[in-house]
Amino acid sequence: MTDGVLNLSDLAYHWPGRSGFSLAVPRLEIAKGESILLLGESGSGKSTLLSLICGTILPDRGSITIAGTDITTLSGGARDRFRAEQIGVIFQQFNLLPFGTVSDNILLPLRFAPKRRKRAGDASAQAMALATALGLPKGVLGTKATSLSVGQQQRVAVARALIGQPPLIILDEPTSALDANSQAAFLDLLFAQTEAHQTSLLMVSHDSRLGKRFDRVIRIEDIAQIERTTL
Amino acid sequence: MIMRLAIASLFARALTVGMTILAIALSVALFLGVEKVRTGAKASFADTISGTDLIFGARSGSVQLLLYSVFRIGNATNNVTWDSYQDIATRSEVEWIVPISLGDSHRQFRVMGTSQAFFEHYKYRQGRSLEVADGVIIDDLFDTVIGADVAATLGYVVGDPIIVAHGLASFAQHKDQPFRVSGILEKTGTPVDRTVIVSMEAIEAIHVDWQGGAQVQGQATPAGTIRAMELKPKAITAALVGVKSPLQTFRLQRAINEYGQEPLLAILPGVALQELWGIVGIAETALLAVSAMVVVTALIGMMATIFSSLNERRREMAIFRAMGARPATILSMLVLEAMLMAALGALLGLALLYVGLTLAQPILDSAFGLWLPIDPPSLREVWVMLGVIAAGAIVSMVPALRAYRMSLADGMMVKT
Repeated sequence: MTDGVLNLSDLAYHWPGRSGFSLAVPRLEIAKGESILLLGESGSGKSTLLSLICGTILPDRGSITIAGTDITTLSGGARDRFRAEQIGVIFQQFNLLPFGTVSDNILLPLRFAPKRRKRAGDASAQAMALATALGLPKGVLGTKATSLSVGQQQRVAVARALIGQPPLIILDEPTSALDANSQAAFLDLLFAQTEAHQTSLLMVSHDSRLGKRFDRVIRIEDIAQIERTTL
Repeated sequence: MIMRLAIASLFARALTVGMTILAIALSVALFLGVEKVRTGAKASFADTISGTDLIFGARSGSVQLLLYSVFRIGNATNNVTWDSYQDIATRSEVEWIVPISLGDSHRQFRVMGTSQAFFEHYKYRQGRSLEVADGVIIDDLFDTVIGADVAATLGYVVGDPIIVAHGLASFAQHKDQPFRVSGILEKTGTPVDRTVIVSMEAIEAIHVDWQGGAQVQGQATPAGTIRAMELKPKAITAALVGVKSPLQTFRLQRAINEYGQEPLLAILPGVALQELWGIVGIAETALLAVSAMVVVTALIGMMATIFSSLNERRREMAIFRAMGARPATILSMLVLEAMLMAALGALLGLALLYVGLTLAQPILDSAFGLWLPIDPPSLREVWVMLGVIAAGAIVSMVPALRAYRMSLADGMMVKT
C-alpha cells in the first residue's frame, strides 16, 4: 500500500432494490497534494462513487482507504465522524445552511470533528483568515449565508471545506452554477489554498475544459465498470 | 452551536413555527384553565363549611342534604320537627347545635332562619368566622343580617326595609311583616354571601297569619301582637352540630340515623363532599379529557408542520450529513426543535392563563361566587408543562424517524 491519501481497490457496489445499477472500481489512487478531475456525464455513477468515498454508503466488497484507514471496516457512526475529520465536501450549490451565519457555516464541520477542531486552533481566527484569503468581503462572517451571491457562497463552502485542514477535499461540480469568469476565479482561490496546505483534491465535473488546471484528469468510464440493467 | 442553529432554523420559519406555538399555547392555557377552575371550584366548595362535625335533616340523600343545608342548592323534601330537634340538642354528645330553617326568599336570594349560635359556630375556610362589615348581628325580631352579595346586588345599606316572600320565586310576599337590615356581613366566598339571615322566631312570625301556603283571608296580626306572642318554631329544615369529642361523632350519627320518632339523616360534611366529588368527578374527568385532547391535537398539528417541512429541508439535512453529522444527530435536532416549540408553547400558554385569570377573576367571582386565586405556578402545573414538552418530543419522533431514514438513504446527495 502506498502513502496515498485515497486508495480504492476492487470496489463493487449496487444500489439495493433499485433498477439494477451497479458500479465496480478496480483501482483508484490519489497521492498527497494531488489534484484530480473526474469527468463523467450525469448518471455515470459519479455521485455513487463520491458517496462511497465519503462513507455514507458501504460497498458490497473492496476497500476504501483514506489517510491510512479502511473506512469499510468502520461502523456507520464512525464513518460519519471520520468524514468530518478527514474530508471537506463542496456541493454544486446550496452548500450553506440558509438560517446560519457565514461563520456558523464555516465552523459547522468542526462541531462533528474534535481532532479537526484542535487542528484548527483558534477556529474563529481561522475562519476569518480563510474568508480573507478567499476574497470574501470584510465583516462577512456575521451576516446570514443567504445574503451572499452564489459565487461568494461557493467561496464560503471552500472555507468550510478547508478549515482544520482535512487531507482530502471532494468537490461535486462546484462551478456549474458559476459563469466562466467566476469559475476561473473560484479555481484560482481553491488551488492557492490546497497547494499551500498540500491538500488532495478530487473534483467531479462534466466540463472537460477545467482539466488543464489539474494534475490528472480521469474519465469515469476508464476507471469504473458501470452496469445498468433495466428491469 | 447545534442549539443556536436549531433556534435560527426555527426563526427562519417564523410564521409556521409561530402558528404551531400559538396552537400549543392556547391548548395548554385551556388545559391549565380547566384544571384551575376544577381545583378552584373544589377548594371553594370545601372551604364553605369547616368545624361542623355533623349535619342532620329529614331523611333523604346525604349529597342532597349537604347541598340544600350548606350550599342552598335544591330543596329539602321534608322538615324536622322542633321536638326531635330539641331531643337531639339535649343529648350529651352535643357541644353546640345550630338550627337552619329554609324555604322563604327575598328577591333572588334565599332567606335562612337560624339562631344566634350560627354566627358563633359557622366556620368557613379552615375555621374563619363570619364578620359583620356594617351594623350589628340580629337583635330584634324583625332584624335581618344580609350577605355581602345581597347587599351589593340590591344596594342595601343598614336600616333598609326588606320584604320576605313565602316560598321560592313566589309572588306571595309577606308584605305585612316588614323586616329591616341590621347588619351586612363581610364577603366570605361562600353561599352565606347570597343569603338573608333572620332569627328562627322571625320565620314563625312571618307565618303567623299563613296557613297552607296562603294568607288567611282578612287576617293581619299587627306586629305588636306578634311581638307579644310566644313564637316557638314548629319545625326546622336542618341543623349543624358540633360534638364534644371527635370520638363521639359516629355514635351521635348512628343515634340520629336510628332516631325512632321520625326518619332523620345525619351526615359528616367531609364524607358527603367526597360523595359529591364522586358524582361531579365524571364530568370533571370528561372536561379534563377534552382539554387534554385539545393539547394532543395541537401537538399533532406540530407533527404535521415538521412533516411538511422535511422535504424542503432535505438539502439542509444533506449539508449536515456531509459535514459529518450522524443520522442520529439529524433525528435529535428535529426532536430538539419540537421540544423547543412545545416549551415555548407551554410557557406562552402559562402566560395566557395568567392574563385570562386576571381578566376573568372578578367576573367569575361575581357571577358564580367562584374565587380563583392567582398564585405562582403549582408543582402540578409545572408537571403539566413538562408533560407537554415530553409529549412534543414523543410525537416529533415520528417525523424525526422519517428524517433519519431519509438522511440515511440520501446521504449527502439529494437527487433533486
